[in-house]
Amino acid sequence: MGISIEGVSKKFGDFVALDEVSIEVPDGALTALLGPSGSGKSTLLRVIAGLEQPDGGRVVISDRDTTDVSVQDRGVGFVFQHYAAFKHMTVLDNIAFGLTIRKRPKQEIEKRVQELVRLVHLEGFTDRYPSQLSGGQRQRMALARALAVEPKVLLLDEPFGALDANVRKELRVWLRRLHDEVHVTTIFVTHDQEEAMDVAEQIVVMNEGRIEQTGAPRDLYDHPKTEFVMGFVGPVNRRGALFIRPHDLEILAAPALEAEEAMIERMVHLGFEARVELLLPDGEQLWAQMTLAEAELMELRDGQIVYVRPRRAKVFEPNGEPSTQELAAA
Amino acid sequence: MPASRTASRLGLRFFALGYLSMLLLIPVGMIFYRAFEHGAGAAWDAVTTPEALHAFYLTILIAAIAVSANTIFGVGCALLVVRTKFRGKALLNAAIDLPFAISPVVIGLSLYLLYGREGWFGGWLLDNGFQILFSLPGMVLATIFVSLPFVVREVVPVLHEIGDEQEQAAHTLGANWWQTFWRITLPAIRWGVAYGVVLATARALGEFGAVAIVSGRVTGETETAPLWVWREFGQFNLTGAYSASLVLAMLAIGTLLAMNAFRRKEAA
Repeated sequence: MGISIEGVSKKFGDFVALDEVSIEVPDGALTALLGPSGSGKSTLLRVIAGLEQPDGGRVVISDRDTTDVSVQDRGVGFVFQHYAAFKHMTVLDNIAFGLTIRKRPKQEIEKRVQELVRLVHLEGFTDRYPSQLSGGQRQRMALARALAVEPKVLLLDEPFGALDANVRKELRVWLRRLHDEVHVTTIFVTHDQEEAMDVAEQIVVMNEGRIEQTGAPRDLYDHPKTEFVMGFVGPVNRRGALFIRPHDLEILAAPALEAEEAMIERMVHLGFEARVELLLPDGEQLWAQMTLAEAELMELRDGQIVYVRPRRAKVFEPNGEPSTQELAAA
Repeated sequence: MPASRTASRLGLRFFALGYLSMLLLIPVGMIFYRAFEHGAGAAWDAVTTPEALHAFYLTILIAAIAVSANTIFGVGCALLVVRTKFRGKALLNAAIDLPFAISPVVIGLSLYLLYGREGWFGGWLLDNGFQILFSLPGMVLATIFVSLPFVVREVVPVLHEIGDEQEQAAHTLGANWWQTFWRITLPAIRWGVAYGVVLATARALGEFGAVAIVSGRVTGETETAPLWVWREFGQFNLTGAYSASLVLAMLAIGTLLAMNAFRRKEAA
């Protein structure tokens, strides 16, 4: 059950968009495809939907090889970044579209559409046209439209990419709850690691048409297998061969074992947390993350000389397993 | 607002109106004046002779056939150009604009060469009982040729603008190609199509050069309204010529008003 992608490749001219990609998405799970633009994540989603034909490999949805099945018969719901709302139709007609195409009885359509309208909280907006809705409302309408045909798989392509920061956060929470309610196998594409970690149960990190790592959000953050994952999933400092998370960088007022001298270039107050931007004598820059309370307790200020050392750091050996060094704990 | 800016704006407005008046409004106004010079009765009598009525009937019939054909071809061709990739697309794109570039008289001559008794197709067609030249099919062909680019050129930018995401969304919701075209694409491009149809209609109603050559200009048979006007004018039957011109002008103004209505609706 679920979706399995087996060795899928896709080229656009000379550009390799997907290079023998294989993933397993468990039935009913919410999975994020995370990666920078051009990493192949959207192409993979479109291949699963049948909007692109792969050059090689197989797409299996619910134990059925759908590689050669048309988009129409694949039973997928697809949500586009820019909503793809049918502009000449009301919200009601947009949501009903898939059912109307399937020539379902009028009463059944009406009942189902009303259910969906409640599910996406668009009561009172059903007679409006998409141009009379906000971005968030349009995207909820698009979701309801995709869910109307009871797809086996729901695919979302950067669904919140065109929305304001506030609305994004709100819709993330809402999508999470919606998924708990409908339980349809869902894959969504994003380039925002925070969004992926917030919403998904499983994250697939992609880069240059290949899969870097697959795992639970926590797993990727704590045990990245490659430099790329370390840098893409969560913030990171690089000091020689060491990769250090900003919250793993310890700031001391006095010299200590293995601690380096540094000057505070700038203190940035971000509400609960503070960001300390540091300049080392060799000209390299690092930054540390701590709670504002900690920073105030130490009376950190711009221009101050402090001593820094990593509590924990990661080293990626070429062609080897990454190793974690617990430094300050020793 | 400073007085000088107001003055320059008024000046510009005056210039624009004056220019349009000299070139467009006064000549067309003159037609109105001259048509009714001998009273409305004379004008009415001139345009209701059997020959005049037949000429109008023929003009409207040809325009209706040619515009229908160009609408179907135009929408199909625009979809081909915008939504698909194929070899020779640039060639097709350039070919669509050919009727804009070539004089209608040349178009008429080229059809004459092709469908005449000595032409490539003409001999065979005539032997099999198809009369193209000096009859309705030839006149329709000529009119299709000259009014071909309008629908394509209006629809192509609209198709570009709406993008293909709505169509893809319809596919994922189970709609096949035909359902997607009728329910999604056509409603989205409808004002572009309407605009193109209006322009093509105006062009088809007024076509003279190409039709003059292929029709043979037989009064009461293959004489369209513009040809009728030209003959009446040549025979110094001025009231008739002006009155028929007036009817043609009214038809054209009607289509222009329709076009403006579409534009407003599109902007809304």
